[in-house]
Amino acid sequence: MSAVARVEHRPNVHLSLRVNGEEVEVSFAPYKTLLEVLREDLGLTGTKHGCELGECGTCAVLVDGEPLLSCLTLAIECEGRSVETIEGLARGTELHPLQAAFADHGGSQCGYCTPGVIMTAKALLDREPNPSRERIKEATAGNLCRCTGYNQIVESIEHAAKEMRSCK
Amino acid sequence: MQVVGKARRRVDGRAKVVGQLRFADDLALPRMVHCKLLRSPHAHAEIESIDISRAEMHPGVHLVLTGKDFPIPFGIMPVALDEHALARERVRFVGDPVAAVVAKDEATALEAAERIEVKYRLLPTIATPQEALAHPETRIHDYGEQGNIHRNQAYEFGDVAEALAKADHVFDDVFFYEGNTHLPMEQQASLAAVEGDGKLTLSTSTQNPHYLHRQLARVLQMPASQIRVIATPNGGAFGGKCDPANHEMVVSKAALILGRPVKICLTREEVFYQHRGRHPVLMRMRTGVTKDGRLTGMHLQTLLDGGAYGSHGPASTFYTGVLTPVTYELPRFRFEACRVFTNKPPCGPKRGHGTPQPRFGQEVQLDKIAEKLRLDPAEMRMRMVTKADSLTANWLKIGSTGLAECIRKVVEISGWKDKHRKLPAGRGVGLACSAYMCGAGVSIYWNKMPHSGVQLLLDRSGQVTVLCGATEIGQGSDDVLAAIVAEVLGISTVDVRVLTGDTGLTPVDLGSYSSRVTVMVGNAAMQAAGRVRDLIVAAAAEQLDTLPGRVILSQGRVFAAEDSNKAMSFVEAVALAETKFGTLGAVGSYSPPKAPGRYKGAGVGPSPAYSFSACVVEAEVDPDTGWITVPRIWIAHDLGRSINPVHARGQVIGGVYMGLGEALMEEQVFRRLPPKLSSALVHRIPSMLEYKSITSLDMPEVEVALIEDPDPNCPFGAKEAGQGPLLPVMPAVANAIHDAVGVRIDELPITPDKVLAALALKAQGKEPRIGPEKFPHVPYPQPMFVLPPWEGGDGNELKKPARKTAGVAAS
Repeated sequence: MSAVARVEHRPNVHLSLRVNGEEVEVSFAPYKTLLEVLREDLGLTGTKHGCELGECGTCAVLVDGEPLLSCLTLAIECEGRSVETIEGLARGTELHPLQAAFADHGGSQCGYCTPGVIMTAKALLDREPNPSRERIKEATAGNLCRCTGYNQIVESIEHAAKEMRSCK
Repeated sequence: MQVVGKARRRVDGRAKVVGQLRFADDLALPRMVHCKLLRSPHAHAEIESIDISRAEMHPGVHLVLTGKDFPIPFGIMPVALDEHALARERVRFVGDPVAAVVAKDEATALEAAERIEVKYRLLPTIATPQEALAHPETRIHDYGEQGNIHRNQAYEFGDVAEALAKADHVFDDVFFYEGNTHLPMEQQASLAAVEGDGKLTLSTSTQNPHYLHRQLARVLQMPASQIRVIATPNGGAFGGKCDPANHEMVVSKAALILGRPVKICLTREEVFYQHRGRHPVLMRMRTGVTKDGRLTGMHLQTLLDGGAYGSHGPASTFYTGVLTPVTYELPRFRFEACRVFTNKPPCGPKRGHGTPQPRFGQEVQLDKIAEKLRLDPAEMRMRMVTKADSLTANWLKIGSTGLAECIRKVVEISGWKDKHRKLPAGRGVGLACSAYMCGAGVSIYWNKMPHSGVQLLLDRSGQVTVLCGATEIGQGSDDVLAAIVAEVLGISTVDVRVLTGDTGLTPVDLGSYSSRVTVMVGNAAMQAAGRVRDLIVAAAAEQLDTLPGRVILSQGRVFAAEDSNKAMSFVEAVALAETKFGTLGAVGSYSPPKAPGRYKGAGVGPSPAYSFSACVVEAEVDPDTGWITVPRIWIAHDLGRSINPVHARGQVIGGVYMGLGEALMEEQVFRRLPPKLSSALVHRIPSMLEYKSITSLDMPEVEVALIEDPDPNCPFGAKEAGQGPLLPVMPAVANAIHDAVGVRIDELPITPDKVLAALALKAQGKEPRIGPEKFPHVPYPQPMFVLPPWEGGDGNELKKPARKTAGVAAS
């Protein structure tokens, strides 16, 4: 209903991305976002979307360890950079402590915002192994969740942080 | 008990944290094409012509559909079949779908949609219920009661005029509850495909695959047996995915025409247009009380802004009143409700469905009553809570109730007695209570079949598979199913496979709405599991040389009560049962008990059980900015028994969160563009950034007390937890703000500007209140008169009441 920008039909770009530790070759239209390339061209549908406008945090992935909204990131900008998604978090069938904590402590209800929250939390815990509750809330404030009311998300991250510290 | 009541990882927990749970938009099929809808830019217009020729010729386009392709109307309720998949002669709100394009990709479909030429003849638009009542000549629909009134009803349970006349005080308040929307994180998506067997499969984010199945058969004019609806896991729903939706009809039709899979995913903006959210409700509440704070009667009038279509409206209209008498003893009750059409996205069911609005009004009014009578609001409520196994004035049967315990508990854990009217200026606490149903007692369409069916399959491998039409919307319904079956069979939820929400494979369940899943699905699962258990026990008893009544199933073992050495594994016992009885399985089903009310309309409100909540909110108000901070919330919820306490607590906190958002910021509001911009009635904020919701930084810590008072109608006594805990939050916030700064904000959301305006009135010595001033004249019908149970009634309408005629609707 609103005016739609004409999509210029340019030839696909072809490049290498490092996704979850693996080099992948992928060919896609140059205007595609990282979100679209992950979901549509690489079949990594674990990364979800809630608005495609950078408003909800659902599509957060890690690029060179930093949480980034994949809906606002052009995939061609990610050439040669390391992209981490929810699919890369477990080691084999062994869950990452964040994944286990979210599953056990109510951090995930419908599960739709979960990948984005977990990736954001991972970036936090990789840098700050023992964050306060306030710090956790601050770090995840860009990830909207409509189910949990956040309390159990914060608790899950606390549980995971504790687990990760004890494993070190 | 080994499973029920124990904190466990939910059965679908792992898939969600590893990114393997497949939501609708995660699905893809070979040869799949993509669909986009063209939506109306006008709030109210006649479609004079649609020219799709340029769109059809656009490269990459496979199909263009318009209203001509959808002659059959649909709707969730049989009395409100007022939608077409694509508008035919008329559009009724900005965002009403007009045409659909199916193309090789979304971008091409969008480009082609721009090439569709629609000629509209603009019609006057109706923005508010007041306008709808004042302008019956601008008729949005040609059905309904009259003009723009969709539903109009009135009931009187006992002579309320007399009850008010005899009261020591009558409190007369008008409240307004602004509309708001579900805002699920997952945008609705659907994938339709004609399978190899020639049948249609629609995988879609729906809460109610069964009702959708019926409506698809209707719209597509196909036997339902040729259609399979798979409810994909919903990425949040909250009522917003209950209605059969236009896009679901469109992709199904397109897949049938093209013979190719057709997918659609709504944009976030479109989700705001799909809406079906909280009705804006204006209400007037006249309540008689004795000097010691007991209710003598209530006259409740509501006016609902329904938006452009019927949706669940007929039910929503009832729900703005019918559950009001469930919390406190109310000897007489008069309830008038009117739903009108307006040119805005349709309103429907959102968490609490129609009940939060009058609950807000009643609980704020009770706070005013307590203030005036110098009573403690908690003690005043405690003295008049409804009793277990009692009837209400409108003939609802209350089973168990833990409301008194909820109040006692929340008063204790919040430190209420040391805080209420005692905190320093700018800080306050507010209390409110509520009740909610555990499943609607009557199906959306009239039938006498079960509300829920469960099938269990077992075999010699020991695997247990549960099949049920229930829909996992994040609330944990799959886990409830697994837990109940595991508990009955003495195994772990890890040993149970759950398959749900698939009309092609699973027995009918009506869906995930009205907080019905735990009770109805749970009871059906208990019956099926019990039947299978009987077979296993009979086979094992023979082998163990004991009586069937002495066989115990526990922790994956089957053994004799008298000698635990007489034992075998669960797997061995299942193999014995298969040997003895042949292929193993059982079905279970559930229908709610018959409700005592016999009058027409008595079908809305009855439930097998009711949950109860009591909530205390602490609030801090900055007198300079009006900014409201909520540092802490305490809530006690009577859920009968928790099946999984981690997730029961999660449901409660999630409800509190959503209620707090509705109290402080969430609103789905519209504005009129200036005349030079067509005067269109447009959504003010169709984006997640502008539709304000609470973030992790705003959200207070919630202290939850789960009150367990098992209800005999419920599986292991478990009642609902998904909706009830939202209800008391909004009024508790309003009451806390009053305790903090002495102002009454009688409309939601309570924003800083309203608080400041009220504080300014207070400073001027005027009544420190912000809220609607008056209730408009609504042409309610003469009420149907029913005597309450304690006045000798039998639950039927009293046709020729031997009483003086009650006054006509007050205006």
